[in-house]
Amino acid sequence: MSTTTLPAPVHKMPREDYLNATYGLRSWLLTTDHKRIALLYLGSVTVFFFIGGLFATMIRIHLLTPNGFLVTPETYNKLFTMHGVAMIFFFLIPSIPAVLGNFLIPLMIGAKDLAFPKLNLLSWYIYLVGGCFVLYSFGTGGLDTGWTFYTPLSSVYSNSAVTPAVIGIFINGFSSILTGLNFIVTIHTMRAPGMTWFRLPLFVWAHYATSLVMVLGTPVIAITLLLVGLERMFHLGFFNPALGGDPILFQHLFWFYSHPAVYIMILPSMGVISEIIPTFARKPIFGYSFIAGSSIAIAVIGFLVWAHHMFVTGESTYAALTFSFLSYLVAIPSAVKVFNWTSTLYQGSISWDTPMIYAFGFIGLFLIGGLTGLFLACLGLDIHIHDTYFVVAHFHYIMVGGAVMGYVGGLHFWWPKITGKLYPEVLARIAAVTLFVGFNLTFFPQFMLGYMGMPRRYHTYPPEFQVLNVLSTAGASILALGYLLPMLYLTWSMRYGRVAGPNPWPATGLEWKTASPPPTENFDVTPEVDWEPYDFRNRPDLGLAASGPLPAPAHGDD
Amino acid sequence: MSEHIVSPKIYLVIFLTLMAGTAATVWAAYHNFGAFNIVIALAIATFKATLVVLYFMHARYSPKRTQLVIVCSIFWLAIMLVLTLADYRTRGMHESRLAPPSNSNLVRA
Amino acid sequence: MHRTGELYGHFETLEQQKDSAALGMWIFLVTEVLFFGGLFLTYTINRHAFSVAFGAASNTLDLKLGGGNTVVLILSSLTMAMAVWSAQVGKKQWVSIFLIATLGLGTIFLGVKVIEYKQKFDHHLIPGSSFDMRYHSEHPGPNDDPKEIAAEKEELEKAFAVDPDINAHAQLYFSLYFGMTGLHALHMIVGAGLLLWLIKGSFAGRYTPQYNTPVEIVGLYWHFVDIVWIYLFPLLYLIDRHQ
Repeated sequence: MSTTTLPAPVHKMPREDYLNATYGLRSWLLTTDHKRIALLYLGSVTVFFFIGGLFATMIRIHLLTPNGFLVTPETYNKLFTMHGVAMIFFFLIPSIPAVLGNFLIPLMIGAKDLAFPKLNLLSWYIYLVGGCFVLYSFGTGGLDTGWTFYTPLSSVYSNSAVTPAVIGIFINGFSSILTGLNFIVTIHTMRAPGMTWFRLPLFVWAHYATSLVMVLGTPVIAITLLLVGLERMFHLGFFNPALGGDPILFQHLFWFYSHPAVYIMILPSMGVISEIIPTFARKPIFGYSFIAGSSIAIAVIGFLVWAHHMFVTGESTYAALTFSFLSYLVAIPSAVKVFNWTSTLYQGSISWDTPMIYAFGFIGLFLIGGLTGLFLACLGLDIHIHDTYFVVAHFHYIMVGGAVMGYVGGLHFWWPKITGKLYPEVLARIAAVTLFVGFNLTFFPQFMLGYMGMPRRYHTYPPEFQVLNVLSTAGASILALGYLLPMLYLTWSMRYGRVAGPNPWPATGLEWKTASPPPTENFDVTPEVDWEPYDFRNRPDLGLAASGPLPAPAHGDD
Repeated sequence: MSEHIVSPKIYLVIFLTLMAGTAATVWAAYHNFGAFNIVIALAIATFKATLVVLYFMHARYSPKRTQLVIVCSIFWLAIMLVLTLADYRTRGMHESRLAPPSNSNLVRA
Repeated sequence: MHRTGELYGHFETLEQQKDSAALGMWIFLVTEVLFFGGLFLTYTINRHAFSVAFGAASNTLDLKLGGGNTVVLILSSLTMAMAVWSAQVGKKQWVSIFLIATLGLGTIFLGVKVIEYKQKFDHHLIPGSSFDMRYHSEHPGPNDDPKEIAAEKEELEKAFAVDPDINAHAQLYFSLYFGMTGLHALHMIVGAGLLLWLIKGSFAGRYTPQYNTPVEIVGLYWHFVDIVWIYLFPLLYLIDRHQ
């Protein structure tokens, strides 16, 4: 490390900030402050993460033995469905945008709030109402259609509580749409003077791209699930072949949203990584405009690939060929990002702080997840590994290895800003490594299982697959520990952590120029931006000089 | 953003054109143009919709950003329709070409 | 969130606030395009697969009511545009008058829609177990012209000869008809609610050349609902009129 240790400055908590400006339950439930709404979301997505995690735990325990000993086959169907629904619609999609995005976008662009603060609060309530419908479905018969709701199983044959679940996801869609709409308008109209488009943090670019997907994709899943609900309630036939309808049409409409939805999960995470890497490499990010442009490219190309989920459904061969080709194209902007992140590290003065460990973990896991995605985009190979554990492992590498790593890494990175406190660094590094090891042990065996032919969504498997399944379950328990640790010490640090000060790392974004935690209005005076992004050398306002040592990151247990 | 005020005269002209379009679409529906029936109906509807967007919704006088938003909505709608229909229109084409040769072909071979 | 006059505290200027509101509404309309887009795609695939049934089912719709409603709705778009104009040039009274006219026309549209739905109900054309394309021609009402009934019967028999499963396939048409017009009507009802709110504001003289954002963005919404109908009318009413 080229940094030297200077005497650590002693910081005091600001006298008044967004957390203590007003008190009482009412001041939280009726708040229009984007920072408080972000915390409301943080609480509610964590609840759904626990619910989804509980189902995952039961799945992994059940699969310890070839015949499964925990639940009946019917219950098993419900477990993987409810795991998927809770995790995808109620954790992964809102996690980074609604928590970190909500908190940070106005701070990063120098605005007092999002453009529509009341809509922002409304979107949280909509999320809650949607969530209640889904929990009602889970509690009154469960859901066994798979998170994909394929018809006619979901619309005719399933005996589980499909209707409330479909209504819940339909409602929840509007929460997502409102968040995306709010972000787009905010980024367009609320930027501080001097904050030009190419001075925006890459986190904001990533959220702009994410919002595009939310706004353009979510309405299609809304109408699709509405039609499924109507079909189930009134015995209509849109997607029911017995009545002349077409189930493949349902899959087209479903994946038109649900494939781009993968980018709703991964793009914000990429934004987080783009903030962490320059900060702990102490170097301007390499290829700023390419990373920004690749976010938009991923959002656009992501809409052209959906039918690669349908290679074995009987869609036309020519369509399959086209979608296979288009799917390969997504690899280009994704690779651009990975190359630029690694190039940023070159000749950087890298410190192995917790957020950086998550960022490195992200790059490695995303690489594996992305490359195995190319296997699946390959038309011929996909027919062999379609609907096997290979697919399960692939999308968990993207969604858990990618999106959740970014989310947890981002929570650590901005925790001092959100709470004003530092977390214990040693414990946090141990947790980050635990998470990484547990994750790989859980899901790498699943690649092998899938390639050997173990189908997904089965409650039983041949005995020769047991060793790998036991490994996977063992990994899942380590993974669970990796999630529990941060929850414990982050909560602990809110009360007992060291005071962070406005810019503990130090990082260069506008959000680090205001107090930690920020005041309700974010900035005492509207800031004016006259610097380029990620410049660690010409920022006298942050105490970063053109020459001399850069201050070392502050830690909670130094 | 300097606001552009559209005069009522233009609104009236647009309204009358829309009425004419409605009449034209009904007229066209009573005549058989074969495969072009749906094309004509959609062309007239699109013409009418364009007038509404450009004048009633002031898109013609709006900032470029608004116009971009409109173009995006059309583009993404087109993605959904075109790529899905591409599947439906090409179903079975490949399979029919690979159909097993009939007996007469086998004999010749 | 404090507020000075019409300016909310998190905005710097009224212009920024107006800019944000207009962009927000446009983006909302994009989501609406994609929302209805999914329905239009479902319609397209099904109409292509069952063109005879869709043609026969479409011909049961009342063209006079549908066409009349089209005129009413386009007229309401004109009055809405005029309401925006009145606010822009500061004719406060006319804002109220044009908004009330728009609301009135919208209500007429919804009323006609109710009449049409009732007719379909009477003719057993609601998807379900009692759906029967032949019902109306076999049980004509006292006001029906016997000649028209005979023509309808003949046309139906022709359609049945081509597509014997027409009762199943026409149900798909009517599912879409009720789905699409129902969602459209729901948007009209939301629009009517917004108009009521605007009318209340206009009575208080709230909309001036300096501040008329609410009228303008509700106008955008109203015109969009009009555009949806501009497509629904030929696609639902005019499939197969040229026999």
